[in-house]
Amino acid sequence: MVDFTLWDIFRNLLLAGRWTVALSLIAFVGGGLVGLLLLVLRLSKLPGAQRFVAGYVQLFQGIPLLVQLFLAYYGLGLFGINTSPWVAAALGLTLYASAFLTEIWRGCVEAIPRGQWEASSSLAMSFTEQLRHIIWPQAQRIAIAPTVGFLVQVIKGTALASVIGFMELTKVGKSISNATFNPFLVFSCVALMYFCLCYPVSLYAKSLERRLNVQR
Amino acid sequence: MKIQLDFLAVLTEWPLLLTGVGWTLRLTFAAMVVGTLLGIACAWVRARGFGGDAAPTWLKAVVGGYVELIRNTPFIVQLFFIFFGLPAAGIRLSAEWASFLAMTINLGAYAAEIIRAGIEATPKGQIEAALSLAMSRAQTFFKVVLPPALKKVWPSLVSQIIIVMLGSSVCGQISTPELSSSADLIHSRNFRAFEAFIVVGAMYLLLCMALRQLLNWVGRNFVFGKSSGG
Repeated sequence: MVDFTLWDIFRNLLLAGRWTVALSLIAFVGGGLVGLLLLVLRLSKLPGAQRFVAGYVQLFQGIPLLVQLFLAYYGLGLFGINTSPWVAAALGLTLYASAFLTEIWRGCVEAIPRGQWEASSSLAMSFTEQLRHIIWPQAQRIAIAPTVGFLVQVIKGTALASVIGFMELTKVGKSISNATFNPFLVFSCVALMYFCLCYPVSLYAKSLERRLNVQR
Repeated sequence: MKIQLDFLAVLTEWPLLLTGVGWTLRLTFAAMVVGTLLGIACAWVRARGFGGDAAPTWLKAVVGGYVELIRNTPFIVQLFFIFFGLPAAGIRLSAEWASFLAMTINLGAYAAEIIRAGIEATPKGQIEAALSLAMSRAQTFFKVVLPPALKKVWPSLVSQIIIVMLGSSVCGQISTPELSSSADLIHSRNFRAFEAFIVVGAMYLLLCMALRQLLNWVGRNFVFGKSSGG
């Protein structure tokens, strides 16, 4: 048995926390980009696009994130790609985040009155111009609060990357608790760290929401 | 490179899959019932115009802390804390009970916030009207406020219950024999990991659609009735 002081536990968890943050940011930004692409695809009136995106969203919202991560982990290997937990976790979480973000943003775009679309198309604006200059600036205002709120879900989702061997906060916590035989203390520290990461984001999302409601 | 998928090797293990589905459903239903009740209780404590004004400060602080703590930590950490951490405090639970407890506590916190939103949307006049008819505070809450509040937030509540069901896949990590751990077992028997998780993923998808239909039907017919206002 290795002797760990409280500071040792804390320091190692903090170091592992960096990877939780890094993975969250990759998944959030990557998911945002893919989500935006899917949103545009859905709004464009391409044949079949709407059904494809709806199916995509249903698929990723109806399958547990854990199973998605396993699929990414074993599936990439099947295609002969040498999968590190990094790649599998980043890919799995990106796809997961993109499905949720595209659905959130679709709701925001749909909240914009139809007349806005009609007015801008009667001004001979193209689809991209409509989206960029008329719809998106308005939808963005409503979208920001739920998007920040979803960041909390992404941070919590990264905890599942531990099961495919990604060394982040939860995984390191489990290793330390196996070494110190003090799971109560270690998992309390892990929970505390997640709380310190997520709670400020939750509060920020809530304050954004309140500000928006006042403006309306 | 040619990829060969062998789904038959997975499907012949159907008894394992069936056990997995059984446990997933059992855990989900148990957590759904207890968690929603817990959520209603916590929502009462936190809601403006009800416990939010009447409950003692310490109770509000405890419930508020519980809700925020659960909502801002990952489910897997809550599960590990209950299963690995609590025995140190003298509370030893089997994997199944630990899973049930974790899912219930998790759903309770989310349901509390969802239901509170519904309760706080009740027009003040309805409460005043009920009280003026000499209904007690409890009667007012359960007969006048709660049914339309549940009706209003039912879609969100159903979504949250489904999220909890999908989250139960994590319980396999502490050796609860639920659906995703069946996939793990199959994988260790015949190395068909990818196929096993595809099959299990498809089963989750079906479960999720079926559960949504079922809960919508339950809501319409048993929880708030067809014609109650809201």
